[in-house]
Amino acid sequence: MSDVVEKTLTALPSLLSLDSQPGSTKLSSTSKLGSLIRGITELTSKHEEEKLIQRELVSIKEQVSSPNTSMRQMKDLMVRAIYCEMLGYEASFSYIHAIKLAQQGTALEKRVGYLAVSLFLNESHELLLLLVNTVLKDLQSTNLIEVCMALTVVSQIFPKDMIPAILPLVEEKLNHPKEIIRRKAVLALYKFYLIAPNQVQHIHSKFRLALCDRDPGVMTASLHIYLQMIQENPEGYKDLTTSFVTILKQVVGGKLPMDFNYRSVPAPWLQIQLLRILSLLGKNDQSTSEIMYEVLDESLQRAEMNHNITYAILYECVKCIYTIHPKSELLEKAAKCIGNFVLSPKMNLKYLGLKALTYVVQQDPKLALQHQMTIIECLDHYDLLIKRETLELLFRITNAQNVTVIVEKMLEFLSTSKDDYTTTDLVGKVAELAEKYAPDNEWFIETMNTVFSVGGDTMQPDIPNNFLKLLCEGFDSVEEDRKLRLFAVDSYVSLLQGKPGNLPQRFLQVISWVLGEYSHLREELDPATVMRLLVKLLERKQTSSETKSYVLMAMTKLCRSGEGVSIAQEVSESYSSSMDTVLRQRAHELQHLSHNLELRTRVLLPGEAGLEPLEVDSSLSFLDGFVSEALAAGAAPYKPPHQRQEELAQAKALSLEPYSLALPISMSSCSITDRQSPTLLSMSSGLSGDSTDLSHKGGSTTLKLDGVKRVWGKEGYLAQREPIEEAQIEVPSPLRSPIQQTETGNSHSPSPAPTQSPEHEPEKQQLASSLFVGLSSQSSVCLMGKSEPMPQRFRKKAKGQSSTSAPTSNSLISLPSTVDHLLCTNLLEKTPELSEVHAAANGTCDVEAALVSHEDSNTPQDLCLSSHLPAELSELFHSEISPLCSTQSLHLSACYVQKEDSLILVIFITNSSDFAVHDVHVDLDSEQLEVSCASDSPVKEVRGCCVAVCQYSLTVKRPSAHVTVAGMVSHQLHIETPQTAQFSYELPLTSFVRPLKVSTEEYGRMWLDFTHDTKQNLTLINDGEEPLTDTLTVLKKKLQLHIVEIIGMEGIVACRLLPDQPCLMHCRLHAGSLAVWMRSSLPDLPDCLMYHCQRSLTEH
Amino acid sequence: MQFMLLFSRQGKLRLQKWYVPLSDKEKKKITRELVQTVLARKPKMCSFLEWRDLKIVYKRYASLYFCCAIEDQDNELITLEIIHRYVELLDKYFGSVCELDIIFNFEKAYFILDEFLLGGEAQETSKKNVLKAIEQADLLQEDAKVSAPSFFFHISSALTCMLYHRMSNGCPPTHGEESKCTNYVLQEAETPRSVLEEIGLT
Repeated sequence: MSDVVEKTLTALPSLLSLDSQPGSTKLSSTSKLGSLIRGITELTSKHEEEKLIQRELVSIKEQVSSPNTSMRQMKDLMVRAIYCEMLGYEASFSYIHAIKLAQQGTALEKRVGYLAVSLFLNESHELLLLLVNTVLKDLQSTNLIEVCMALTVVSQIFPKDMIPAILPLVEEKLNHPKEIIRRKAVLALYKFYLIAPNQVQHIHSKFRLALCDRDPGVMTASLHIYLQMIQENPEGYKDLTTSFVTILKQVVGGKLPMDFNYRSVPAPWLQIQLLRILSLLGKNDQSTSEIMYEVLDESLQRAEMNHNITYAILYECVKCIYTIHPKSELLEKAAKCIGNFVLSPKMNLKYLGLKALTYVVQQDPKLALQHQMTIIECLDHYDLLIKRETLELLFRITNAQNVTVIVEKMLEFLSTSKDDYTTTDLVGKVAELAEKYAPDNEWFIETMNTVFSVGGDTMQPDIPNNFLKLLCEGFDSVEEDRKLRLFAVDSYVSLLQGKPGNLPQRFLQVISWVLGEYSHLREELDPATVMRLLVKLLERKQTSSETKSYVLMAMTKLCRSGEGVSIAQEVSESYSSSMDTVLRQRAHELQHLSHNLELRTRVLLPGEAGLEPLEVDSSLSFLDGFVSEALAAGAAPYKPPHQRQEELAQAKALSLEPYSLALPISMSSCSITDRQSPTLLSMSSGLSGDSTDLSHKGGSTTLKLDGVKRVWGKEGYLAQREPIEEAQIEVPSPLRSPIQQTETGNSHSPSPAPTQSPEHEPEKQQLASSLFVGLSSQSSVCLMGKSEPMPQRFRKKAKGQSSTSAPTSNSLISLPSTVDHLLCTNLLEKTPELSEVHAAANGTCDVEAALVSHEDSNTPQDLCLSSHLPAELSELFHSEISPLCSTQSLHLSACYVQKEDSLILVIFITNSSDFAVHDVHVDLDSEQLEVSCASDSPVKEVRGCCVAVCQYSLTVKRPSAHVTVAGMVSHQLHIETPQTAQFSYELPLTSFVRPLKVSTEEYGRMWLDFTHDTKQNLTLINDGEEPLTDTLTVLKKKLQLHIVEIIGMEGIVACRLLPDQPCLMHCRLHAGSLAVWMRSSLPDLPDCLMYHCQRSLTEH
Repeated sequence: MQFMLLFSRQGKLRLQKWYVPLSDKEKKKITRELVQTVLARKPKMCSFLEWRDLKIVYKRYASLYFCCAIEDQDNELITLEIIHRYVELLDKYFGSVCELDIIFNFEKAYFILDEFLLGGEAQETSKKNVLKAIEQADLLQEDAKVSAPSFFFHISSALTCMLYHRMSNGCPPTHGEESKCTNYVLQEAETPRSVLEEIGLT
């Protein structure tokens, strides 16, 4: 049957074209698009084309705005407008008509209208709002094609704020009988999830329905959502692992309809999607990984056909196998796959092989050793991409022994690369390697010199910063420091004596700083000589004023006596009238210094003594007096930049949000003159500027500091380091089976690759031995981050240590054998105060608890456990006590207690056996929460039939609607082997919310300070006379909010997220629903709270 | 997927689909840079490119380059197959598709793309289903005005030839392969034999 349908369908296009064939000649001569295209092809110059298109656009413009143009003509016009835009000419006048066409056209016209909209506009375009009604109408249409069109456009482009308007309709489509509609609805929800996750949080259960859909297409579509959600929170979906594995098994086993085959491989897209999901689920999780070993093995075996599509699956499989908890057989097979990729003559496969190798090399260095000859060949590959990936691979295996060769290769590549992005990236890597593994001073300085000259002004600013920091903070030995500095000075003096003209500005700045600071170390060097070199820099035209001010600063440090002073005087003279204020300032300082002998001796000669650390008052409290004086004199209070920008934007652009406009209007309609809406209030306080309120000032300073921090974060180190760290985290623990170990031993002698060409062999062998030195079996340990065979030469002090320690600890975490140990020591070091309650007096109850817990019924246990709550907590509200996990002898349960200023997580450890359990360690970890211990003494053992209680205080790091704590308990029972169990505990964000008691004035002031906001219409509780008050009271009760004031149709509410992140809420009755506008200083907080408000109102 | 571009060997843009919001200026800049870089690549090189923080996957079919931008963790090979599947779909729909079909009926090409990829993700990988969806929509239009189809579907081969030569102005048909009309069918560009054996349209 389906065959018949298919045949008919395949015949259709030819039928259609037959249909249109007679008309085609006629059409091509009359079709406007056709003549336009032909017109363009006849032209010879760009200029003519421009003229022609401009003429065309004018004519289109005329016609679209004419009232007589029919929709059909409009469609043709739109197609021509799209064509013009594609050629790069703007046709913005037609945007509004595209929307009109989508609204009023029929069938194909509508389709073209929607297409034009999706091509012309982007997500934030204001005209999109006009599309909402059309989409609404089409979603409700009985014509399936129209519904499809609407869903298609919605999943490509839709204004974020209007999602609630169509969401119910899209949701409804999940139950549509046609699978194409269901599929498109799922993808539309996926899009919504991407742009506004909180809006679709309540329909997670429907995603599961979609996953179980009988149509494979709908199921495939739902995997996009799952991949995304699992990426964000793998813990939450572990229960689905079995389902995904089953689906993959069925797919691999060929259970899907034939038309999902692609080149006789069953649904490859689906397979790859599933493999990606599985690798996320199995990462660092042995028990979950074990579920998937079998299917992974099967996938590897099935994918044997020699075609791109099977390679794609294999590649994904290999990645998955190396990501999840390792299994030696699979690793072996995966390694073989990688080998095949690397050795393949096909460039695409070779590249992917190298990429995979890069991914796994830290875990499995022997693989790199096996393929060293191929790697060396790839180093000189004609395709830069392959060369680049090889360098990436080498970067990962760099150690103190091969650093010089690898860095040399990288610099070689840099000298040929013209791409800024690559240059910046590689330069950063070279700098990192140089700092980590430099074998000696000369090499380090010379490498850094190259880095600075090649990296130029596009490199990350913290490369020079780190370099200077390293020079000035030094390392352990004073003598070494001196030598390094001396070498730097020598090298820079000779550079300046040569041709400094080509050096980038950044480098010149580094040079000036170093010379100013350290040239005195070289005693035979006359400061005046250095000064003269610096003057030359100043005289150059290309020197930027920033560099000039570096130079002037250096001179300030150098002008001690004699000739130097006279040079300084000369220079300062000429720059003291500079237009650049910074330069001018520096020049004046220099001038002052050079004329004042006494000052010079006081400031410059103590030299070394001036190195004592300065105390910096980062809160700038010494300025408080000045600030309050200025405020009293009528100066405007400080506003953080984002607020200024916001106000500026408000002043500049017409606000298109009806909401903010409505505020004053509704107020006047209420005719309350002595009361003001929050927005107005804050505006006035901001303008009049007489606020000396401390809390406000405090708020602005913290905000300011935030800003500073953010700028630093954006620009540098993090961005550059992250990929490396990530990769290291991803490395699962290496499972060293005896087989592997012997293999590693064997591969000590380089195994010759079949592709090597004999004539270059000696050279290449030599290169290989210098590249892969230190990668042998014994030192492979160091690659895993356990120990370094050679101490790092340059250890950066503050920043460097923290950034290098992070990956180490991470990789340690992934080693199960060391985990326990590490966690234990951590726990002990932090002296987590755990307390054991040995309720001997309460013996009966304990026995009961033990008995009951055997029977797995929770309620009586709950009662008993709650009696173990510490006295200071027992009075407060605590949540239901829920079981977490159990091991052979221990049962863990938990509840949380809401204190006024904190949230305490209480974990009950019940020992159901008769014996004491030793070495009990509970470790908690959470991405969203900050966990700290809150009780007095550590629990180390739990005696038989006893309950121990641990308390942890939690604060939110990153808000999300539900936050989870993952944890692990480990213990020893008697002398038995250690036991571990994992658990996770979920809390609603609302448990961290407390009322925030503020006055209306304070509220108004805070409102403007906050940048992150969200708006949504919520259901109103309409049973009583005063819906607003009723609704707010419900919210207050359920979410612990503080109602600041209710004025007529508006109400303002405030709360804080522990410890002190305020969130403000402005509610207004609007068309039978509650329009809520939330603002906070924390990015995701308003979204999450909105979700809870919505839930508690629907539940009510 | 972040975006997809189709351009000719002369560097003329034939189709563009952006799945991430970008300003027009940005789009133009990206297009210009990418077209230049891709055209400069030699046929034997990898079909991938690292570009900024994205990965570009491209493939040449006859005179047309198909070029997709994906993120780092995405699978490059499957993206190549996405391109191939799209070409197959076009081929089936137009019947031996050539560059001109795409130029003159670019909105159809967009419709097919939208049925195949939605929001940057593969929506429907079954060839049959994609075409079914397109044809149903087409039928609707045919019902509405049977007598007057909007665009010519197929240009006679003579016209194809003539137009083709004009299209590639500035680059007259010097290459031998182009003097034969049959070669205009979108086929895989010259690639190493081994790859040709595997892929390549009927």
